[in-house]
Amino acid sequence: MTAISTSGLTKRFRGGQLAVDHIDLAVPLGSVYGFLGPNGSGKTTTIRMLLGLAYPTSGTASLLGVPMPDGATTVLHRVGSLVEGPAFYPFLAGADNLARYDAADRTADPATARARITEALDRVGLLAAAKKRYRHYSLGMKQRLAIAAGLLRPRELIILDEPTNGLDPQGTREVRALIRQIAADGTTVFVSSHLLAEVEQICTHVGVMRTGKLVFQGSLPELRRTGASRVSVQTADPEAAAKVLTGLGLADAQATEASDVQADDAQAGASAILGDASPEQVCAELVQAGIGVRGFAVVSPSLEDLFVGLTGEGFDVSG
Amino acid sequence: MSAGRFYASELRLVLLRRRNLLLLAVTAVFPLIIGIALRLAAPRPEGGDGGTGLAFFNQLAGNGVFLTFIALSTLLVLVLPVVVAVVAGDSVAGEAGYGTLRYLLAVPAGRTRLLAVKYGVIVTFALCATFIVSAVALAAGAALFPVGPVTLLSGTTVSLAAGLLRLLFVTLYVTAAMAALGAIGLAISTLTEHAIGAIATLMILVVTSEVIDNVPQLHAAGPYLPTHWWLSFDSLLRVPVDTSTLLRGLLSFAVYAVLFGSFAWARFTSADVTS
Repeated sequence: MTAISTSGLTKRFRGGQLAVDHIDLAVPLGSVYGFLGPNGSGKTTTIRMLLGLAYPTSGTASLLGVPMPDGATTVLHRVGSLVEGPAFYPFLAGADNLARYDAADRTADPATARARITEALDRVGLLAAAKKRYRHYSLGMKQRLAIAAGLLRPRELIILDEPTNGLDPQGTREVRALIRQIAADGTTVFVSSHLLAEVEQICTHVGVMRTGKLVFQGSLPELRRTGASRVSVQTADPEAAAKVLTGLGLADAQATEASDVQADDAQAGASAILGDASPEQVCAELVQAGIGVRGFAVVSPSLEDLFVGLTGEGFDVSG
Repeated sequence: MSAGRFYASELRLVLLRRRNLLLLAVTAVFPLIIGIALRLAAPRPEGGDGGTGLAFFNQLAGNGVFLTFIALSTLLVLVLPVVVAVVAGDSVAGEAGYGTLRYLLAVPAGRTRLLAVKYGVIVTFALCATFIVSAVALAAGAALFPVGPVTLLSGTTVSLAAGLLRLLFVTLYVTAAMAALGAIGLAISTLTEHAIGAIATLMILVVTSEVIDNVPQLHAAGPYLPTHWWLSFDSLLRVPVDTSTLLRGLLSFAVYAVLFGSFAWARFTSADVTS
């Protein structure tokens, strides 16, 4: 069984816009799954369909093996969620807001409500603000209260949509620590973000969305393997080096003139995709061809490069 | 199992809102004002002026119980509909506006269950408002005017206890009218995430219906209007009780409640929640 699985899940808005386009998610139980993509790539619409808030145009989805949206009332109490930012009653205190959501849950035990609310508030560090009105909460407190609502009961799956949106670095760190803690308890975590850095540190798996399509899904090592390593040679004679690399059958050989980069002579050189060639062989060939090799390296692309490659220029890597 | 708990939570949420409490307070003040104004303007009992032309007003000088009927019929024109419209229009649209609707559904509250609880609380609130009007009017009437056996509109006199029993039925009839209005408000509320818009739409509907009901040329449409039967509670103040009018009124309320309740359900259980 998977925590989340979808098959051909599609959502076309009434205006005709295809927001989610035949995606097949497979989120393993116990994973921390980062759902990445630029703003507007269909992440939130997907999450809304997973939670039964929006109905798919076609395709199916299931949570913890239960089909959605039909099984909403039987499975959602095992799933905690934060969708598109926190939402509470501004005129109620933090604890009263949690009590409100708990009261709406027909499977929650009213006898333990008070204890569970206190525990959830304690876990997110809001116990001191329990009696404060939500209206007076800071953005970070609101976000944490929303996570507390997700923790009111033991959950098997937590779905967090952009949990650090609008938070300062301190708040972001706190939320990240919370997610780690939740995952350590064995809960599957599905966290969406448009920030690579946010999920890179905590996720075991990632799915990458681009304009409604799931363009990659797998573990982080799998994602790294999709990137082609390049050989990079530093030399005073880039053109000649690039020719040798091409001659060796390496793809995408490029020469970098000194003037192209920040006028630093040492940066001049050539690079090409290594492919199946052995770096030792390539280096030897270069030397044999009379290229003055100042430096030689095999470079793997950073995750960030891979993401930009997957999601296109619009991807906001820096935040 | 804990539908009662959800209902209680919803009722607390509605009853503890300062805005709603204020509405109930205003509702309570109106019968007092009307009572005092009529006491000051009342013709001396021996004067027998009776120039107002309204049946209730003529009876008031002789019996304070009639202040309840005067208050109910006066407040039914605008005040009670506003009170119900605020709570009904806010019911779903307000949650959508706060964004709490998506979290309630993710809890999961269940769409049908949520709607049922919302409507239950609307009806409870309408009941509170109506009974507050009757209770305050009765107390004010007793304080400002003589109280005794009740002479009904048909001229028959019944005991005070029998009169009060009729008052109870009148209040319940008015509650039924407001419950039907609440169903219309609930339906409108599922169409928007702007509570104010839903409240205003419902009030425009009420006023339009009342205006059409008063245009002689549109007489034929009258019985089908949502507001047409509201004041028919005077049927209860006759001997024998005019049951055919009363039943047609109740039927009208039931039809409106079922029609708009079904619409609200169909809409709410099939629409995407995008707020």
